[in-house]
Amino acid sequence: MEEIVKNPALAKAFIFLMVLSIFVIAIFVGYEVILRVPPLLHTPLMSGSNAISGITVVGAIMAAGLAVTDKAKIIMIYGNYNLAHLLGFLAVIFAMINVVGGFLVTHRMLDKFKRKD
Amino acid sequence: MVELVIINLSYLFASVLFILGLKKLSHPRTAVRGNLYGAIGMLIAIVVTLFDKDVFPKQTWWILLSGAAIGSLIGAVGAYKVKMTSMPEMVALFNGFGGLASTLVAGAALLDAVDKGMGNDLQVTISSAASGLIGAVTLWGSLVAFGKLYGLKIVPDRPVRYPGEQIVKVALLALSIFLTVMIVKHPENMNYYIWMNVVGSLLGILLVVAIGGADMPVVIALMNSYSGIAAAATGFVLTNNVLIVSGSLVGASGIILTQLMCKAMNRSLANVLFGGFGAVSESASADEVYGGKIKSVSPDDVAIYLDTASKICIVPGYGMAVGQAQHAVKDLTTLLESQGKEVDFAIHPVAGRMPGHMNVLLAEVDIPYDKLKEMDEINPAMGSYDVAIVLGANDVVNPDGRTNPKSVIAGMPIIDVDKAKTVIVIKRSLSPGFAGIPNPLFALDNSFMYFADGKKAILDLVVALKNLVAV
Repeated sequence: MEEIVKNPALAKAFIFLMVLSIFVIAIFVGYEVILRVPPLLHTPLMSGSNAISGITVVGAIMAAGLAVTDKAKIIMIYGNYNLAHLLGFLAVIFAMINVVGGFLVTHRMLDKFKRKD
Repeated sequence: MVELVIINLSYLFASVLFILGLKKLSHPRTAVRGNLYGAIGMLIAIVVTLFDKDVFPKQTWWILLSGAAIGSLIGAVGAYKVKMTSMPEMVALFNGFGGLASTLVAGAALLDAVDKGMGNDLQVTISSAASGLIGAVTLWGSLVAFGKLYGLKIVPDRPVRYPGEQIVKVALLALSIFLTVMIVKHPENMNYYIWMNVVGSLLGILLVVAIGGADMPVVIALMNSYSGIAAAATGFVLTNNVLIVSGSLVGASGIILTQLMCKAMNRSLANVLFGGFGAVSESASADEVYGGKIKSVSPDDVAIYLDTASKICIVPGYGMAVGQAQHAVKDLTTLLESQGKEVDFAIHPVAGRMPGHMNVLLAEVDIPYDKLKEMDEINPAMGSYDVAIVLGANDVVNPDGRTNPKSVIAGMPIIDVDKAKTVIVIKRSLSPGFAGIPNPLFALDNSFMYFADGKKAILDLVVALKNLVAV
């Protein structure tokens, strides 16, 4: 641990290994959790999980909300707003379509799945 | 410091909600709650991100709010307006948007990293490259799938194949590796990132135009998986756990569905993506199979068979979706049940154009889901059905899959309708299904062809049945 604190390169590698571990474990968790999904729910599972993949909206918010600086080296679009803001803005739109549309359409669909009683 | 801890604990909580949500989403009784868990997890993740004061300064709040408002509005209108019959297109489009969002975020994050002097961070540059590639593949692959499903004229439903196809794809993959190296070496030059997107777009288009309509369930499931992996790659760019966890969950669920679809066709994923049908088959010609053995029947004949039957099974296929015949099917089912007959539905996993397509259509017309039988469940009992009605399905009921080891569909699990006492096949003509081979089922002694458009066929049948009872 002490070495990590002293050495930034090592800290970076350590963080990478941590997120890599989370990535690999999450794939296994996802696989086990969904393994026995019945065909009835294939479509809702797709649209529902697709809504969850709209989590990029978190990244989009971070990008669109980046602090405005006048000394930025990146391409400026308008006033103090740069290309990253524009990309973030577009990403927020598409990710929100994904999130809102995905959860709502899944809910609508599941509403129609009924038993005989 | 406190803020950092609160935000990350909230992300962890959101991730847990996503896992529980997906778990509940895969059981019929808890599915609605599962979807709700997912939505709550998302709300939490979004709200805490807005509370991060680093990302929500005064000058940029209007960008966020207007973007979120526009996106939510489009998403909500789309979700409420879409017809259940258009669900495959809708799912394809949403997958594509997810990929696009990931690509845009990775691009923005790369720009920002360079601006802050962190362009030499390998994790940022390599995962940006990956996110750009996978996101673009997802976007354009999904758009082509959308075009095929929607019936856009510029995108043919049939597979588009050309000489040297695989070489082109391999070359594009090699190019993407080269571009990854260039992005790592020159992160400040955004042209490489743009080129990466171009290569990904081409790859996505070429991958999906080569796939025919009947293989769409595999493609849709695969794009679902990619949209998750793209989100996870973006999570690596930002070192953000909630993105990585949710992206991997979606990636894994897409992989499972892809595997299920491939298994239901007895083909490998590589075969669907790179091989496909259309090759020379060793099956007999249509004349040899059908010659003089096809018995065509009228609605009145079918009504007589149904009148004497007590157990009936309906096998829907893509033809039911195309012909919008599900409402007529509901009417027929209600009528038959009012006469004290038992009606079940046999659903093949790849029937239709997306995983679970038939279930959605039949749910739309309020057919209770416990009447929808899975292939493995209904096959052993097939002999007990007096009449099996095949509605717009072909390859999935072709006995060659079970009995003819030389057929292109050899080994493909099928619904054993040939074992029912009587088989009625509703079809417009004897034209082959997607596999391009004749179906010996049509020539069997116990099977009868009822040539008509799916919806009209069922409506005429309902009339014929009512007349029969009235007499």
